[in-house]
Amino acid sequence: MAMSDFDADVIVVGAGPAGSCAAIAAARAGRSVILLERGPFAGSKNMYGGVVYPRILDELIPEWWTTAPVQRWVVRRSTMILSETSSVTIDYRSDDWGRPPHNGATAYRPDFDHWLAGEAVAAGARLVCSTTVTGPLRDERGRVVGVRTDRPDGDLRAPVVIACDGVNSFLAKEAGLYHATDPSNFTLGVKETLAFDRATIEERFNVRDDDGVDIEILGGTAGVSGGGFIYTNRDTVSIGCVLKLPKLAAQSKRPEEIIAGLKAHPSIAPLVEGGRVIEYSAHVIPEAGLSMMPTMVTDGMLVAGDAAALCLAAGIWLEGVNFAMASGMYAGRAAVSALEKNDPSARGLSGYTDLLESTFVLKDHRRLRRIPELVLSDRVQHRYPAFVTSVVDRLFRVDNPRPKPGLRRIVREERKRAGIRLRDLLRDGWTGMRGFG
Amino acid sequence: MDHRIDRDTTWPEISFEERIGTAEFRIHERAHIVVDGDACRGCSTRECVVACPANLFVPTSDGGILFNYENCFECGTCYLVCNKEGAISWTYPEGGFGIVFHRT
Repeated sequence: MAMSDFDADVIVVGAGPAGSCAAIAAARAGRSVILLERGPFAGSKNMYGGVVYPRILDELIPEWWTTAPVQRWVVRRSTMILSETSSVTIDYRSDDWGRPPHNGATAYRPDFDHWLAGEAVAAGARLVCSTTVTGPLRDERGRVVGVRTDRPDGDLRAPVVIACDGVNSFLAKEAGLYHATDPSNFTLGVKETLAFDRATIEERFNVRDDDGVDIEILGGTAGVSGGGFIYTNRDTVSIGCVLKLPKLAAQSKRPEEIIAGLKAHPSIAPLVEGGRVIEYSAHVIPEAGLSMMPTMVTDGMLVAGDAAALCLAAGIWLEGVNFAMASGMYAGRAAVSALEKNDPSARGLSGYTDLLESTFVLKDHRRLRRIPELVLSDRVQHRYPAFVTSVVDRLFRVDNPRPKPGLRRIVREERKRAGIRLRDLLRDGWTGMRGFG
Repeated sequence: MDHRIDRDTTWPEISFEERIGTAEFRIHERAHIVVDGDACRGCSTRECVVACPANLFVPTSDGGILFNYENCFECGTCYLVCNKEGAISWTYPEGGFGIVFHRT
């Protein structure tokens, strides 16, 4: 096909964080880019819990923190373990994170994604909204040479398509890049956004000005494997759960009832009482890490972001937008170098895989490949929270006239009470050490 | 300023209609999700009914499923949890339609 038959050098499907970064990288290299978005504006379909770690943006948007629409800078990072009535919290606070160059931020995705797509437009990409891609266009040899859209005469042709069409990626599936879809690889994220006045948030969460809090929660999800989260925004608090799909479907509590249960927990209720629900939202998350990832490259097409299952759900690390932005950026760069070689085949595009493998994108996923399964295992979900909270309870409970029991005895007794075999505890500890260590 | 909340006045739980009413749905005349009622009548597990965060799958007295595509988050939960091959035909709505999360 002659170059003149193409509508652009690169078509990017989806103007989320992956798509916008792919478009920025390709457009900055002088390539013509069409960035397609099915929503009425970039960000209108996008939802997550609420925290983004934009360090990777240093490469694309220097001093991004001066323009990015963030809600609060995360200066407190807490991990809570809940039993029925008690909780253990590890709380880290750093006021450094409230100052440039920052670490994480809470942000609303419609704001953040709209801003990032604006950067793609500023770099020269053509953003086309309200356009749903209905499938890949292929040539007679099966190579992807563009996309079909729902517009009249809506076929668009380009030598390289970058699929950033999210967790349900029909482009990656239709191109045969996913082998199977197993529901146990996915969780449902559901969230309520609760309105407060700023002073209430700052008092309850012990922050001031633009500083905010990120709380990740193990337990409190009505026995459904997953977890909870609470994030502070400027004048709202986001609270929600991620719920493993088959476990959610196999019991009787609906997602909003599970959030209600979390909100009613005695350790959570004082933080969120009185908040008026101004938004209820939901999204599916690809949580299984490396084991569920598709083939990332095929003739004429690359896959990035949630479409490539590049979401890290590793307990203490819960990240997705940064993996999306990085993989999108690398896909954009790989597309540019394939176009320079005039070779948009899988071989010509294979620089993408090299970039993913040589950076945190796949290095983190390889290191942590066994962690998502461990985090969602029955022991971590249903036995360890009660074990940990009861050990801490006995450690701090003053039970006079009885003398204090030794820590070793407490651990042994509580482990047995929680029904945890030493062998399993050691094995899980070893899996954890190999991933995190 | 006193921000304590009286123990007896926790937040009122809102109805599902109020809850779903916080989102904007631009409804297209074409249903982007189609549910095959015959397949549902033979299903005893009904994963979609409890899992759909928008509560769009309602069991009917004759053993079927009543489905409404209009207030859909487009999340994909229903087809992922469904045990009946082909019972749920799932596509995205036409460009510009469906759920819209708002900018501030």
